[in-house]
Amino acid sequence: MSASSSPLRLDELPLRRAAHILSIDWGRLAASEARRLRELGFDEGVRIEALHRGGLFSRDPIAIRVGRMTVAIRRAVAAAVSVNPAP
Amino acid sequence: MNQPPLVALVGNPNAGKSALFNALTGARQKVGNYPGVTVERHSGRMALPDGRPIELVDLPGTYSLDPSSPDEAVTRDVVTGSQAGERLPAAIIVVVDASNLDNHLRFALQLIGLGRPVVVALNMIDLARRDGLEIDAGRLSAALGVPVVETVAVRKRGIDELKAAVAALVGDGAAPAGTAQPPVPADIVALQRRARAISAEATLSESTGRRISHRIDKVTLHPVLGPIILAVLMFVMFQAVFAWSETPIGWIEDGMQWLAEATTATLPEGFIRSLLVEGVIAGVGAVVAFLPQILILFFFILLLEASGYMVRAAFLMDRLMARVGLSGRAFIPLLSSFACAVPGIMATRTIEDPKDRLTTILIAPLMTCSARLPVYTLIIAAFIPNRAVGPGIGLQGLVLFILYIAGIIGALVVALILRSTVTKGGGGGFLMEMPKYQWPRLRDVLIGLWQRAMIFLKRAGSIIAVTTVILWLLASFPVAPGGEKQSEYSFAGRIATGIETVVSPIGFNHEISMALLPAMAAREVAVAAIATVYAIDAGDEAQMTMALEDRLQGKWSLPTALAFLAWFIFAPQCISTIAVTRRETNGWKWPLFMVSYLFVVAYLAAGATYWTATALGL
Repeated sequence: MSASSSPLRLDELPLRRAAHILSIDWGRLAASEARRLRELGFDEGVRIEALHRGGLFSRDPIAIRVGRMTVAIRRAVAAAVSVNPAP
Repeated sequence: MNQPPLVALVGNPNAGKSALFNALTGARQKVGNYPGVTVERHSGRMALPDGRPIELVDLPGTYSLDPSSPDEAVTRDVVTGSQAGERLPAAIIVVVDASNLDNHLRFALQLIGLGRPVVVALNMIDLARRDGLEIDAGRLSAALGVPVVETVAVRKRGIDELKAAVAALVGDGAAPAGTAQPPVPADIVALQRRARAISAEATLSESTGRRISHRIDKVTLHPVLGPIILAVLMFVMFQAVFAWSETPIGWIEDGMQWLAEATTATLPEGFIRSLLVEGVIAGVGAVVAFLPQILILFFFILLLEASGYMVRAAFLMDRLMARVGLSGRAFIPLLSSFACAVPGIMATRTIEDPKDRLTTILIAPLMTCSARLPVYTLIIAAFIPNRAVGPGIGLQGLVLFILYIAGIIGALVVALILRSTVTKGGGGGFLMEMPKYQWPRLRDVLIGLWQRAMIFLKRAGSIIAVTTVILWLLASFPVAPGGEKQSEYSFAGRIATGIETVVSPIGFNHEISMALLPAMAAREVAVAAIATVYAIDAGDEAQMTMALEDRLQGKWSLPTALAFLAWFIFAPQCISTIAVTRRETNGWKWPLFMVSYLFVVAYLAAGATYWTATALGL
């Protein structure tokens, strides 16, 4: 599984696969979204895990565990976060 | 003068701040308003260990001192002493969730940086232990440079220690000495990193065992089970509103009847007696009788909020909301609107996108508020037979459920239309913290319920009583000569005749026309108005003692009753809703728009119902 350590976008991260935030493309986000994301603890190096998806017919939104918090975000925002899955 | 020192309770959302506030102040609470902004001010009295009184103020939950909403701005202004009409707090209690230190300490650091006397309440320490976290409060205190007290607000643990710490900070009331504070980084990312470092230092051990909340989420957020659970919860809630309220409503009605009889027996026949019995007691009584239903609905909403489920509901609803251009965030204001559109519209402040927010405000009145419940209840009780259509499902409850669903579907359709026309543009986002599940504390729920009951009774006692009495006067004068019907001959009758020309095509009769105008003051007045009109017409005692729904049965046709129900799904808003919309949108444009579109939709819906029902021969 050599591909396991290559970076992924957060919206592509499989459920319940531990990862760390590699970088966040702040420029892609609206100012208010970027600030809320920072306030909710999104930062490089933080442990992250996708827990649940919205439902059967849609993969939106995603419940993400970031640090010790669980946060609901939409895929469009998650796509700005690139993560490094644990091997 | 001689006010007790002010202490502010501050913290992130979901830090358990309100439970701590209840534990510190007990039931001695006051709900007011900050001048100029529509933010509630919750305050209460608390006694220090030495008996001195303190005024404790519970500030809105905030993530940082950089506000993005009026609520958050109030929090910042109070702690920095720049809020008009509020004195500078003598001390600040910062509430942090012990199992979420990484995040909550960032805001704590910002607050400590203000240089005011601060004590940190390390709250929900029991839940942190349950999750396998061991935290050293002593180390945390050393790293932060302020006292730290472990608390479990819902079990009242650590409350005395916290009061003692506040007493030490407030001192003798003299200007508090600023403690030497380590410099606080201004940048949010630097603050966050510092918070994480302190959190790591104070955390002695951390197990990685699965947390209970995650296990519950596996079921409640399951793609198939989740929506089913949500639908069942909603259905049970609305069935309970109907089923549980029957007995207490009976008590209230018996009490009102006793009061009417006692008044009749005590006072001499005449104007005053007639006004009191037929106007005040009949009118206010008809409204107060619905208090049980309103309280049951609020009880469920408060339970869902306190348990942490409400945000899960928002998560599950986000897909659906996104389809009509809104976000899951709109779900919470919309659900509150089932109780009353006024708090619902005020709760839209948590929606950051202005166009999302405006759309949510405009559709909030389509959620069936508790004030419409009396109207629905009356008509359903009078015209829908009380029989079972399935195990545990009554026909009356089912009709009520359909009325609620019709409002919701109407709201979604309207949102979709608005989002592609008048509130076009803007990308609605959805970004929300999901708090841990918690067993709701009955006491906290009851305090919330008590505050709602008081607000409702004050409304029933003022606006509703006044409107009812005015209507009684209009309906009683001038006195009809023999042979004429009083409800046709009176002032109210003449006004209603004017309204009737507009609404008779949709099946509305004279009494309904008379009820529509006062219903603008408050929806539930429609019931009181109908009660008053029929009380005046009734004349003889036998009819007076008949229940209102029995009297209606013979007088309205089924299509008329159904059209009346359909009207009330969309009925133009009560005055309070129009006022709060004006305040929240800063002008008359949107409230006027709202009233006009609701009128048109209500007219068409009632018309369609009436014509269809008549064609079907109902």
